[in-house]
Amino acid sequence: MSGLPPYASPLQRFWYYAFRTICGLIFFFLIFPILVIIPLSFNALPFFTFTKEMLSFDPAGYSLINYQDFFTNSDWNNAVYNSFRIAPVATLLATSVGTVAAIGLSRPHIPFRGTIMAILISPMIVPVIISAAGMYFFYSRIGLQGTYWGVILAHAALGTPFVIITVTATLVGFDQSLVRAAANLGADPVRTFFKVQMPLIIPGVVSGALFAFITSFDEVVVILFVGSSHQKTLPWQMFTGLREQISPTILAVATLMVALSIMLLTTLELLRRRSERLRGLSPG
Amino acid sequence: MTDTTASDTPILTTRDGVPLKRSIAKALRREKFRALLLVAPLLLFILVAFIAPIADMLFRSVENDIVQETLPETVVLLKDWDAASGQIPEEAVFAALAADMKIAVKEKIHTRLGSRLNYESPGISSLFRKSGREVRKLDDEAPYREQFIEIHDGWGDVNTWKTIQQFSSKYTDGYFLAAVDRQRTAEGVEPKPEDQQIYLFLFGRTFFLSVTITLSCILLGYPIAYILANLPLRSSNLLMILVLLPFWTSLLVRTSAWKVLLQQQGVINDFLVFIGLVADDGRLVMINNQTGTIIAMTHILLPFMILPLYSVMKTISPVYVRAAKSLGANDWTAFWKVYFPNTIPGIGAGSILCFILSIGFYITPELVGGTSGIFISNRIAYHISSSLNWGLAASLGVILLTIVMIFYWLYDKIVGIDNVKLG
Repeated sequence: MSGLPPYASPLQRFWYYAFRTICGLIFFFLIFPILVIIPLSFNALPFFTFTKEMLSFDPAGYSLINYQDFFTNSDWNNAVYNSFRIAPVATLLATSVGTVAAIGLSRPHIPFRGTIMAILISPMIVPVIISAAGMYFFYSRIGLQGTYWGVILAHAALGTPFVIITVTATLVGFDQSLVRAAANLGADPVRTFFKVQMPLIIPGVVSGALFAFITSFDEVVVILFVGSSHQKTLPWQMFTGLREQISPTILAVATLMVALSIMLLTTLELLRRRSERLRGLSPG
Repeated sequence: MTDTTASDTPILTTRDGVPLKRSIAKALRREKFRALLLVAPLLLFILVAFIAPIADMLFRSVENDIVQETLPETVVLLKDWDAASGQIPEEAVFAALAADMKIAVKEKIHTRLGSRLNYESPGISSLFRKSGREVRKLDDEAPYREQFIEIHDGWGDVNTWKTIQQFSSKYTDGYFLAAVDRQRTAEGVEPKPEDQQIYLFLFGRTFFLSVTITLSCILLGYPIAYILANLPLRSSNLLMILVLLPFWTSLLVRTSAWKVLLQQQGVINDFLVFIGLVADDGRLVMINNQTGTIIAMTHILLPFMILPLYSVMKTISPVYVRAAKSLGANDWTAFWKVYFPNTIPGIGAGSILCFILSIGFYITPELVGGTSGIFISNRIAYHISSSLNWGLAASLGVILLTIVMIFYWLYDKIVGIDNVKLG
């Protein structure tokens, strides 16, 4: 792949460029739908396509009307408020319990590891409609349906597999003798955890938390069933907007959410670099 | 303790005299217990918040105590009735029915039973509703049988009684039969009339669309994973962002983007009209049908194919292909005979992942699928929130879950759940 050798035959030369073109098209397919909504969200008219004014870069074709609607409409404001009331709490719950469990799972002598792992990962695998239906019936039976804490529990359960996966992955590179050394030097397990283990696995914990956050922040099916209108989140509002009558405000929301994902992605990338640097420094 | 360590056979002991073997075993047990203790909170949490709800729902697919609860007396008496005789039950059964119905009407649960039995034998719902209204006017002196038939001639129909008898047991396979387009008749289990068969068809379509989506993910993901794995790190890291950004972008955002793009007045159609490929009055219909579902879902699941493929391709040493070429293979043979077989684990991992995820998809088909692009999940959601036939929803769910679990198990066998990588 690294460049075309000077002796390449015309066929090879053709294939080389053809392959790159194909890849370019696929990359375009991947990124285009996400990028195209950004300019469309500034459309002055309630259309979902580029108007003549927009194409000729006439300032009159652009406006912030969709954003204005988003920030002033009480439905959307409530949805944002609810999203930020639910996702961080669910993330905190999922991350704390998940990290502790991941540490347990990474102990060398844990029994029934395969079975436990399969159970803990299952929320990621079970079709979301089945989880939603089950939670709907069960939570209504125990009085959690339509409550804030019901939603938190449901979202935390959906987020834990990601925490487990990322933290156990970080722990693979963790040198267990560090724990023993700390214990040897007189630290109790809690102190060892916070002073020795935690600083080393923090990149895994944070990226797990980000996954758990985005899982809850994006989740729409479970909350449709488990939540009530008091827990209407941003994705829920988007979903109803898309299903009933699609309003251009959705494009503004989508753009803001893309900005959020770019932020998350950047954080994650920085974390990955930090973790690689740390591993490069630590012996073994 | 010291006496057990007989002096003639030297057994290693710890300082306090416990045999070393036992001491180690004890320490190991404690270690195991500690590890389990760390896992316990999450395990308990998942069991209560996630596994129990699913088990509860699965139970609903066979649960059927509504007939017994609503008509307790009637059910007992009806047990002895011979359905094959062709005669409607005798007076005693009707008397019990009158008593049961009076209670049921008071508690307002008779219509619920009516709509439950209506799934099995259409028309029963109105029978129960009408009888519920009239049951108070029954004359206790005259025979109930004639009076009930007077209220609604459905009571004089043997089939009504057959249905009640059939579903009077606590558990039923009726929902499962309905979920595979079967019904129980006097002659045994039979396929439903052709115009009522939808579920097998829907399962088939879900399967077919999932396979199509998985295949298109392989087709599009393979070149991308290849170029990412073989470019210099600096440029591949940059290109990786183009894969990861969609991966991190909200599902709803991506679905709405496709909804906007694929519309008849949308960007793609506008572009096609502009370059003259499509006439203005012949704009393509790409949304609210299978095409829309396939395009949008391929886009959504593509990163799940690229990432496992990439991580496998990254480990394939370029030396192999070079060796093949120096042994005289041309580019194609070197790729097909040497490189490609090495990537099969990645294809397997990515395909199973894509397939598992796509077979249970709900949001995207609901929003861009129209009627021809919906999946079985959408039907389950419909039965839970609109038709309220929860038993059927549960049994459809059980079937879907079983299929997914088989593939989950396969994935675990082939790839190992531990090896799932994210980002």
